Amino acid sequence: MTITTTPARTSKPLSTLLYRHRWMRLVGLLSLPLTWLIGLYIVSLALLLVTAFWYIDSFTSKVIPGFTLENFVLIFSEPAYIATSLRTLGIALAVTVLSAIFAVPLGIFMAKLASPWMRAVLAVAITLPLWAGYLVKILAMRITFTEEGFFNSVMAPFGITGPGFSVLTVVLTLTYLWFPYMALPVYTAIRQIPVNLFDASSDLGAHGFTTIRTVVLPLLWPALIAGSVFTFSLSLGDYIVARFVGGANAQMIGSIIASNINLNPPVAAAFSVIPIAFVVFYLLATRRTGALERM
Amino acid sequence: MRQKLMALSAVSAVSALMLVGCAAPADSGSGELVFDVPEVPMLESLGEGEGQVDIIAWSGFVEPAWADTFTEDTGCVVNRKVAGTSDEMVQLMRTGDYDLVSASGDASLRLIVGGDVAPINRDLLPNFGDDIVPGMQGQLYDTINGKVYGVPIGRGANILQYNTEVVTETPESWDIVWEADSPYAGQITAYDAPIYIADAAVYLMYHQPELGIQNPYALDETQLAAAVDLLKQQNTIVAEYWADPVAQITSFLGGTTVAGTSWEVLRKFTEDTEKFGGTLPVEGSTGWSDAWMISSKSDAPNCAYLWMDYTSSAEVNGAIATNFGMAPANGAFCELSDEAAAHCEQFNALNEEYFENVWYWTTPIEQCIDGRTEVTCTSFQDWTNAWATIKG
Repeated sequence: MTITTTPARTSKPLSTLLYRHRWMRLVGLLSLPLTWLIGLYIVSLALLLVTAFWYIDSFTSKVIPGFTLENFVLIFSEPAYIATSLRTLGIALAVTVLSAIFAVPLGIFMAKLASPWMRAVLAVAITLPLWAGYLVKILAMRITFTEEGFFNSVMAPFGITGPGFSVLTVVLTLTYLWFPYMALPVYTAIRQIPVNLFDASSDLGAHGFTTIRTVVLPLLWPALIAGSVFTFSLSLGDYIVARFVGGANAQMIGSIIASNINLNPPVAAAFSVIPIAFVVFYLLATRRTGALERM
Repeated sequence: MRQKLMALSAVSAVSALMLVGCAAPADSGSGELVFDVPEVPMLESLGEGEGQVDIIAWSGFVEPAWADTFTEDTGCVVNRKVAGTSDEMVQLMRTGDYDLVSASGDASLRLIVGGDVAPINRDLLPNFGDDIVPGMQGQLYDTINGKVYGVPIGRGANILQYNTEVVTETPESWDIVWEADSPYAGQITAYDAPIYIADAAVYLMYHQPELGIQNPYALDETQLAAAVDLLKQQNTIVAEYWADPVAQITSFLGGTTVAGTSWEVLRKFTEDTEKFGGTLPVEGSTGWSDAWMISSKSDAPNCAYLWMDYTSSAEVNGAIATNFGMAPANGAFCELSDEAAAHCEQFNALNEEYFENVWYWTTPIEQCIDGRTEVTCTSFQDWTNAWATIKG
């Protein structure tokens, strides 16, 4: 006795159409992201970069189309501008290294040692700052490091005075801001390392640090690179932090772009090429390590 | 007709991009500077309100407390856009989407020469009369080539603010914020904008007369270099620069800085005017004076005129000045009440002697506005570039 049930045929014309025409599937999938990428992202970037070759009317600050390399010459002929570019690069690298130094031990603890409850608490603690406003966090750091602020009043009994508003404070604040972007990929990567690799390593006589150096770090490399792309490029473009906690000598590339953007857009555009160049070099360098393929 | 007018003003604005034939010999022997300003027609007579008006203003200039009454009286709904800097105001005005702007002196000249604002017909503004304090009438940037482009709102000086617990005696000179051997080195604050170069120039004008600075906004290359050197020297004793008013207030309250440039209103905001003193030192200082200007592309000129007149009355002008913390343009406000008189006293509204020492922000341009014709002065672009080098 066999009962055959034929499913009721429901007509799905859209699915059928898409199944028959491959190009329609592609258009449906890609039109929106491509419009975004090319129409808004690339075009606006190109328009900005073109401005770098334009002139400016010195009185009215009106931009005049044309072709000049003066804006670039200005950047490379002025020692202060070069110093600012190098300082920005240094700050971005310092933030990246500092974030990595914090993220690796924290990630190992969270993934391999902490109880599930503790792990949840730490995960929330890392991501919680992302819920607070960017400016709020910067102002919080400002209050912390001001002369009569939290840091100095707590440290006073030990005879320690804080860095005040300086480049160091900028590095600390940027690390505070971008740390989650490093910590999360690193933590996820460490979780994926099988526990028995740790056991095998210790069975072979390796100590904790040897294990981290020879087993964990090589496996972590792609995650560290992924995190560093965030911490590095986000730090490169920032100027609000330098403005609020940087003190007198922490001018960054963004500060110069911001002060020129209304008065002299061509110079601002020319200057924006520098962080782009830094990031491209950085990506090329990381590509050579092969980390990008495994990301 | 409107289309035609707009096209005309656009063409003239473009043709005025270059300041050609500047420094033409002053006519009528008044020593007045002549600028090449595009012909923009002036409103001849007041018509019906258009229903709404779009205003770019400093924070505190357009508030419901007086804007709502205006809407009730005239039927013009006020759309406010708050701008943070003069440069932003200029950029916004160039879009042509706004009818009015509360321009400071460092924006107004650019707007006028760029053809972005139209001359003003004083006959249509009964409140723009004799009550406007003398110091705010006839400013260079409000009366170019014999035309009026701005309706004064208020003014203020950039004062020297100090923490009286540390700086126990009222400073007579700006030297404590400029000289490397300042007793307060490392605890100084300075304004974070290229226009602050003028503050250095004001100091040099007094202490180094051999430089020959006549006007802090007309610096030739040597004079600018001297000002930049002074600012670089100051950089070694600066704790931090401020552009954001809140940052400046917290800098004083938090003890990071004990002396530096400030506005009377910021001192008021510390809510401790005993602890934080303010003074106008012997060298004088820079300052600002703001005026309403009407866009050459305004699509609501009638509402704009009504607004300019409304806000020039003693009551409303005083309300704006009190709210923002500056000296009102309309002197009649000071006689309205005891509080008004006290406000005028605190902000030196009627004290022309006080403001004689104040150099209102003006856009530095290649044409020397101190009247020199044998040299070229440095433009605001030069100042902006110089400013970035000061902070290294």
